[in-house]
Amino acid sequence: MSVTEKDVRYVANLARLSVSDDEVKFYADNLSRIVALVEQMNDAQTDNVEPLSHPQDAPLRLREDRVTEVDQRDDFQKVAPAASDGLYLVPKVIE
Amino acid sequence: MEWETVIGLEIHCQLATDSKIFSGSSTAFGSEPNSQASAVDIALPGVLPVMNLDAARMAVKFGLAVDATINERSVFARKNYFYPDLPKGYQISQFEEPIVTEGRLSITVDDKDKVIGITRAHLEEDAGKSLHEGFVDETGIDLNRAGTPLIEIVSEPDMRSAAEAVAYMRKIHALVRYLEISDGNMQEGSFRCDANVSIRPKGEKELGTRAEIKNINSFRFVEKAINHEVERQIDILEDGGEVVQETRLYDANKDETRSMRSKEDAHDYRYFPDPDLPPMILSKEFIEEVKESLPELPEAKRERFMEQYELDEKDAAALTATRETAAYFEKTVEACNGDAKTSANWINGELASYLNRNNVELEDSPVNPKALGGLIERINDKTISNKIGKTVFESMWKNGSSADDVIEQQGLKQITDSGAIEKIVDDVLASNADQAQQYRDGNEKVFGFLVGQVMQASKGKANPAQVNELLKAKLS
Repeated sequence: MSVTEKDVRYVANLARLSVSDDEVKFYADNLSRIVALVEQMNDAQTDNVEPLSHPQDAPLRLREDRVTEVDQRDDFQKVAPAASDGLYLVPKVIE
Repeated sequence: MEWETVIGLEIHCQLATDSKIFSGSSTAFGSEPNSQASAVDIALPGVLPVMNLDAARMAVKFGLAVDATINERSVFARKNYFYPDLPKGYQISQFEEPIVTEGRLSITVDDKDKVIGITRAHLEEDAGKSLHEGFVDETGIDLNRAGTPLIEIVSEPDMRSAAEAVAYMRKIHALVRYLEISDGNMQEGSFRCDANVSIRPKGEKELGTRAEIKNINSFRFVEKAINHEVERQIDILEDGGEVVQETRLYDANKDETRSMRSKEDAHDYRYFPDPDLPPMILSKEFIEEVKESLPELPEAKRERFMEQYELDEKDAAALTATRETAAYFEKTVEACNGDAKTSANWINGELASYLNRNNVELEDSPVNPKALGGLIERINDKTISNKIGKTVFESMWKNGSSADDVIEQQGLKQITDSGAIEKIVDDVLASNADQAQQYRDGNEKVFGFLVGQVMQASKGKANPAQVNELLKAKLS
């Protein structure tokens, strides 16, 4: 399977990445070669292998339901690009 | 052509934990913006989610209550999309391996029982809130809600009318409150639903193209939104058009749905297992322990009410529809010496109609169970008649006072002194001599009129049984 230029544009759009026409060609070639490398795994015999959700063989750690955080809003908002009246501000979004 | 409506619901229900699903921030509603948004919630680099045990426990509770399979192993996945109130750029949810699968819930519509399949219920985090009002070129973001635990309950497309959808939604709502896993507060957004609606010619097996109506947060709107959407789709199909698969938003002010985003730019969420969170493994012992902690569920309570209080099924069903109503009933019975039948009549009758008419929730009723029990006692000990009881109830509702106070203040105590009643009867007979004669001549219908006159003369306070008896004696 190779990655087409159309695929690159689609994924770039989903990831909100701006990619020039030259770059589209470059990424399509490079990504195709990466996919080809990964595709070697298709030859492996996996009929009796359970799908793996996580490389570590450890179950999820669960914590007690307790409030442990304190309000650090002022510190966080000092490094935010824009904030006002306790709200983070972003360019207008309308759906 | 005759059309059949097909509806499936996705209900988002906030879980009543103290802290968030993956962080130790408080989930309290209505705090200062962003005062409950920690480094994890605002997605600062390098932070890691740690799962809340109680959120898992609550999801298991729900699964057990709807007879579902509880999956000892479930997996958290990333649902990727960009929106400013989702700072990580993905929502942690469950996709291929949810915690709860294949449950069922029975509903009753027009006295017919029907089982609705529950495909799955999965754990996920809520997003923050975008505020558009009061800004010109900007949007304000409040992340207090970001990371609040939710279960999303997905039904099979088993419902065939808006009425069934409402019945199902109400049943789930009552259930999560019974289980105490959610406050179910719809105004605050703790309980909201998306409806998938399609239509097809009656008898057709294949499903029609569906539209998804987003974010409906009241029972009334779910019914209106679905009915409106069904009409819209029928119009399109009968005009020879085609329904487009899309997301629509219900506008309650205009009573219409409008398109939000069309299929062309539909989201491709690129789900994949979250590498920050290994699979969640729940032990059989844990699930067993949750099972033993389940409270009495609506169906079991209804059976018990029928048995213990000798109520008919209709009364018992109405009284167990919500946990609050059931508790109100049992407290009322306690307050009136165990008169369950009369308590049921008052709660399902007078009280229900006052609540309805005034749009008041039972929890906020100005007449509490103790007060209602007190009123029933006064009727049972013949201090007042049942009819005067309704007048007393009205005053209790208005002023929040006790039955005894109302009876005392308004002098409503029933007249049981036979001498006093006899005097009124004599007066009435004297001033209605013609009617009395008609009765003696065999016109029995006049009797009711005469009773009415006596009751009126006594301002409703004469004991009706005694009035009947005395009148009969005098007229014979």
